[in-house]
Amino acid sequence: MWRDTFGIAVSSLRGNWLRSALTSLGVIIGIAAVIVMVSVGQGTQNEIEKMVSGLGANRLDINSGASRAGGVRFGGGSRMSLTQSDADAIRQQIPEVAYINASLRGGGQAVFAENNWATSWQGVEADYFAINDWQVASGSGFEDADFKSGNKVALIGETVRRELFGESEAIGESIRIGKTPLQVIGVLESKGQGGFGQDQDDIVLVPLETARRRMAGNIPIPGGVQSITLGVARAEDLPYVQEQVEVLLRQLHKIPPGGEDDFSVRNIAEIIATRTETTRIMSLLLGAVAAISLIVGGIGIMNIMLVSVTERIREIGLRMAVGAGPKQIQRQFLTEAMLISVGGGLIGIALGVGFSLLTEKIGALPVALNWKVISLAAVCSMATGLFFGIYPARKASQLDPIEALRHQG
Amino acid sequence: MTVPVIDIRGLGKVYAAGTEAEVAALKGVELRVMPGEFVAIMGASGSGKSTLMNVLGCLDADYTGEYRCDGVDVRRLDKEQLAKLRLDKIGFVFQSFNLLSRMDALHNVMMPLAYAGIAPEARRPMAEAALTAVGLASRMGHRPGELSGGQQQRIAIARALVNKPPMILADEPTGALDSKTGAEILALFEQLKRQGHTIVLITHDEHVAAHADRVCLMRDGVLTESEARHVA
Repeated sequence: MWRDTFGIAVSSLRGNWLRSALTSLGVIIGIAAVIVMVSVGQGTQNEIEKMVSGLGANRLDINSGASRAGGVRFGGGSRMSLTQSDADAIRQQIPEVAYINASLRGGGQAVFAENNWATSWQGVEADYFAINDWQVASGSGFEDADFKSGNKVALIGETVRRELFGESEAIGESIRIGKTPLQVIGVLESKGQGGFGQDQDDIVLVPLETARRRMAGNIPIPGGVQSITLGVARAEDLPYVQEQVEVLLRQLHKIPPGGEDDFSVRNIAEIIATRTETTRIMSLLLGAVAAISLIVGGIGIMNIMLVSVTERIREIGLRMAVGAGPKQIQRQFLTEAMLISVGGGLIGIALGVGFSLLTEKIGALPVALNWKVISLAAVCSMATGLFFGIYPARKASQLDPIEALRHQG
Repeated sequence: MTVPVIDIRGLGKVYAAGTEAEVAALKGVELRVMPGEFVAIMGASGSGKSTLMNVLGCLDADYTGEYRCDGVDVRRLDKEQLAKLRLDKIGFVFQSFNLLSRMDALHNVMMPLAYAGIAPEARRPMAEAALTAVGLASRMGHRPGELSGGQQQRIAIARALVNKPPMILADEPTGALDSKTGAEILALFEQLKRQGHTIVLITHDEHVAAHADRVCLMRDGVLTESEARHVA
């Protein structure tokens, strides 16, 4: 019986295929929006989790350069204002600070034999590894002497290792960044893509002192660094530590009350909050689009089904006369409505998946696609067809066969 | 004892009962049709002929008196039960054919079989047999729009026959046809009658009615057996 119902539905929709296609447009858009909404929401959620686990929520990032727009400004450090002694002062005067690391960074061409690879380097201190929860996968890490005397040693990320060495052994080899020869003493464990889509493994780490002496070029202020990162032992100390750091740095940098800071302090929790808020608004917007599209699409389906019932009154009368019961007629029209909505749903799923992948590809927002998202969309499209199809179907089933057969037109 | 296909006793039907517009469309109608009979019910419009046909066709179960369709009491059956009864007992032929234009002849004839729950693979041979019986074996793949009125009515008759119902109920089957084609259709009915089908033909035209074994005349809601009797 279902096969027949389905067959009749397909043939009657095919008879009006353009109308059916246009009717499903609302569902197509609605379902595509559902897919994008959920996948972006999920993706951001995953990203935040990755950020929290990868970076730790217990850290503060201090960058050279003024902060603007509520404290969230990336790419600070263009005007160097932080120094090694700022870091030392923080370490000494704020006991809640468990780890602290001052960094210099830059970009350069890494060269090994005939291979070369444009990457970024960062001069770091011993605490860097604890703050970032990053271990050396093979070889050895930096030793105290490396930090003190600025030895020409480097730890390379997995991407750099792959690009420069391929299958061959990296440890013990000598690479060059710019004019500086560096001995590779270890390879960092792979971290994969970072929270903002960047490749975290595309990096060369050197001792800060090495970077200062040989790679950073002309440092405008004595002991200057681009950023200071610190970690606290307990997350609840973070707001207090942040306040203390700001007070201390204003004091050290002799900034008068009311003057603009020449540094910015970012708290990972703030970044997460901003990201979450952005995504929440985005999701809300897409959710509204999805809901409105599905409702409008559903009303469209209801409308077209009512038209179809009216157009086919005689057919309904005939089917009833030859022995179709009200339930069969109702099932017939409900199947047609659901076919439109599920058909639209499938196209919507394809579009939504496409959009999500595109979003991911251009790196606008992180996305996570999975079967849960797709089945949710499928259920939404079926529910739309069912909800808006039931009234026309009931109307058809309640027709009087005598009247229906007599109907003109 | 043979069960009558139609057994009507004291059938009455009143429209708009209790209002000023009250009309008694059927008044104490008595009718018995035995299997294999070809009966015509004749009457002018407004005579109650259509009302009687709706009751006979199990389309209307809201009447007084008694109607047994092939032994089944029709009164007060609900819509689902009536549909099942029509499916099992009655093959309809309409004045305006009522074919579905988007399907070919074969699929039009197969249509009732789906509701009868016949397995899809069994339907085609049944429909082919019915179309062959009405002389349309060579037109199975044509859509109604590609066929003449007479051919379309033959498809409709094949559709009425396909499920082998005890009764074929034809409502003005020649009303939309020219007299020559109409005569061919009536000849087909006579042929079906000879093959043992029970046919009830409703018409306003006495020439059409004359093809039946028995003619009943409907006038002002009263049915009387006509004296005029045509011998085929």
